[in-house]
Amino acid sequence: MNILVCISQVPDTTTKITFSENNTKFNENGVQFIINPYDEYALTRAIEIKEKLGGKVTVINVGKSSTEPNLRKALAIGADEAIRVDAEPADAYYVAFQVAQHAKGFDMILCGKESIDHNGGLVPSMIGELLGIPSINVAVKLDIEGNTAIMEHELDGGKEIIECPMPFVAGCQKPICEPRIPNMRGIMTAKNKPLLKKEPVSVETLTHVTEFLLPKPKESCRMIIPDEAEKLIDILQNEVKVI
Amino acid sequence: MSILVYAENTDGFFKKSTLESLTYAVDLSKKGNESVTALCTGNISAENLKTLGEYGTSKVLYCKDERLNSKPVVPLVNLLEKAAIEEKSSVIIFSHTSTGAGIAPRLAVKLKAGVASNVISLPDSAEEFSVIRGVYSGKGFSRLKLTGPVKILTIKGNSHEVKKSPVDCSIVDFNPSLDSNDFSVKVKELVKTSGKVSLKEADVVVSGGRGMKGPENWQIIEELAGLLKAATSCSKPVADMGWRPHSEHVGQTGITVGPNLYIAIGISGAIQHLAGVNSSKTIVVINKDPEAPFFKAADFGIVGDAFEVVPRLIKALKERKN
Ligand SMILES: Cc1cc2nc3c(=O)[nH]c(=O)nc-3n(C[C@H](O)[C@H](O)[C@H](O)COP(=O)(O)OP(=O)(O)OC[C@H]3O[C@@H](n4cnc5c(N)ncnc54)[C@H](O)[C@@H]3O)c2cc1C
Ligand SMILES: Nc1ncnc2c1ncn2[C@@H]1O[C@H](COP(=O)(O)O)[C@@H](O)[C@H]1O
Repeated sequence: MNILVCISQVPDTTTKITFSENNTKFNENGVQFIINPYDEYALTRAIEIKEKLGGKVTVINVGKSSTEPNLRKALAIGADEAIRVDAEPADAYYVAFQVAQHAKGFDMILCGKESIDHNGGLVPSMIGELLGIPSINVAVKLDIEGNTAIMEHELDGGKEIIECPMPFVAGCQKPICEPRIPNMRGIMTAKNKPLLKKEPVSVETLTHVTEFLLPKPKESCRMIIPDEAEKLIDILQNEVKVI
Repeated sequence: MSILVYAENTDGFFKKSTLESLTYAVDLSKKGNESVTALCTGNISAENLKTLGEYGTSKVLYCKDERLNSKPVVPLVNLLEKAAIEEKSSVIIFSHTSTGAGIAPRLAVKLKAGVASNVISLPDSAEEFSVIRGVYSGKGFSRLKLTGPVKILTIKGNSHEVKKSPVDCSIVDFNPSLDSNDFSVKVKELVKTSGKVSLKEADVVVSGGRGMKGPENWQIIEELAGLLKAATSCSKPVADMGWRPHSEHVGQTGITVGPNLYIAIGISGAIQHLAGVNSSKTIVVINKDPEAPFFKAADFGIVGDAFEVVPRLIKALKERKN
């Protein structure tokens, strides 16, 4: 199995988000960047499949050199090779287009179901369309049987078990696997694994962030004493009118 | 020019999320003086098709092809492409459901359209097509400007209130030929979590955390949810320990919800949990620790033991029902 895993780097989940330059930029000051948690599922599942069936796992990222530590981490977890397309990821289409340039010849392309910074959930399906192959936007289970993949596709009111020919793209979500942390041997061998830098191709983008906004701060919380818990029902019904 | 809506149905019925998208389209059409066309597929009764007119759809393109019942992505993308070209659609709208979210990005590539997912606002104007959407898992929002002649949006559930606006509605059969090669993904089995309110669509969500101590205690959560016609959800560790299914896990790495009312029981309110629920309109927190961070994000709070407070709420609700 020849597997490509798309990795984006995102602010650590504990990050308190702030914006700078008149609310047009994400403030990176003091922010620690991690591999997008969903992409860790994709990566670990790819490595598990490789360990079972043989093959190779390549990770790809569209980003500037600051993403290299996280690509090394992916190599330490068990990927064999990394590709970094040296560009600022302008939007989902831009990313998908760059990835598609390097995605031919793989049996499957695994992504996260969405990045926890942009929350677009767009890149995997776009790669599928660019390559003309099936895309499963949320896969919670993935197994290979011969020449087909058996996946569980998450739906709003349940899930469906599907059979999909290769190659395909899937956006991974728990409980597809348990993510792994790198061990000492992994960290040592990662140093000598290839991390290739590629130049981007030019693409026109059709979406532009013009401003960021923060949620309105909550007014202070109104406390109800437990012995009068019934009051809550009264308030919700007659005052706030939500039940 | 028209606004095209993919009017998704579930077993022949249009759910709230579809009606929200239609209402969004109608509100948008008023800005640019356009008409609203809906595309729907699969087995839908004539009576149900007509309900689309009550929500402002002047034309329904109906494709009955049974192969579309399971909502296969690639054939639907191709069908929507044909509809968009025929209707000269400038904006195409989906609900941000699993299906909508899977089709919209592919269609955007096909039609060379700008796409925004999980949109929560109407564009500022028809000329300046900027919409607001959630970023950083609910910790912030961005205003995203779409350029190009065609725009595609997926609308976040519960973000646009459903309104009726009856119009004359014509139902037109729409059966372009679909390539059988596009049906390469086969559905082997469909597993429905039936009978329950869907989490993403629910007006009220009752959520339990590690403070519930064990899966056997979920009965009171379920009962409270039942009385409130609410969906149930949980924190990440609860799903990780297998107390509840993963599909109920809300938060930064789970499902993002924005109901009218979110009731958090025995959940501490970690930043990753809050990220997935802080767009809820009203938040109630029940926690025995007065220092629990969740109270800072709550509208109403009860400091108390869940096993005493929740039964009291259940009792009060039952008395009210009688
Ligand atoms: C990368 C990453 C991603 C994450 N993503 C998510 C996510 O998407 N969603 C998520 O939820 N978490 C997520 N987490 C985990 C998060 O950091 C917290 O650990 C988690 O939310 C805590 O769950 P909890 O509140 O149920 O449990 P706890 O933190 O253990 O809190 C239990 C609460 O119950 C209260 N309690 C105990 N007994 C009672 C009682 N009898 N009555 C009333 N109250 C009681 C306690 O006072 C306490 O506040 C993530 C963590 C990481 C590192
Ligand atoms: N800059 C990037 N480089 C490589 N892969 C990416 C990048 N951004 C997003 N992806 C992949 O696409 C998935 C969905 O991202 P998004 O569409 O931004 O929600 C992520 O989980 C990654 O697998």
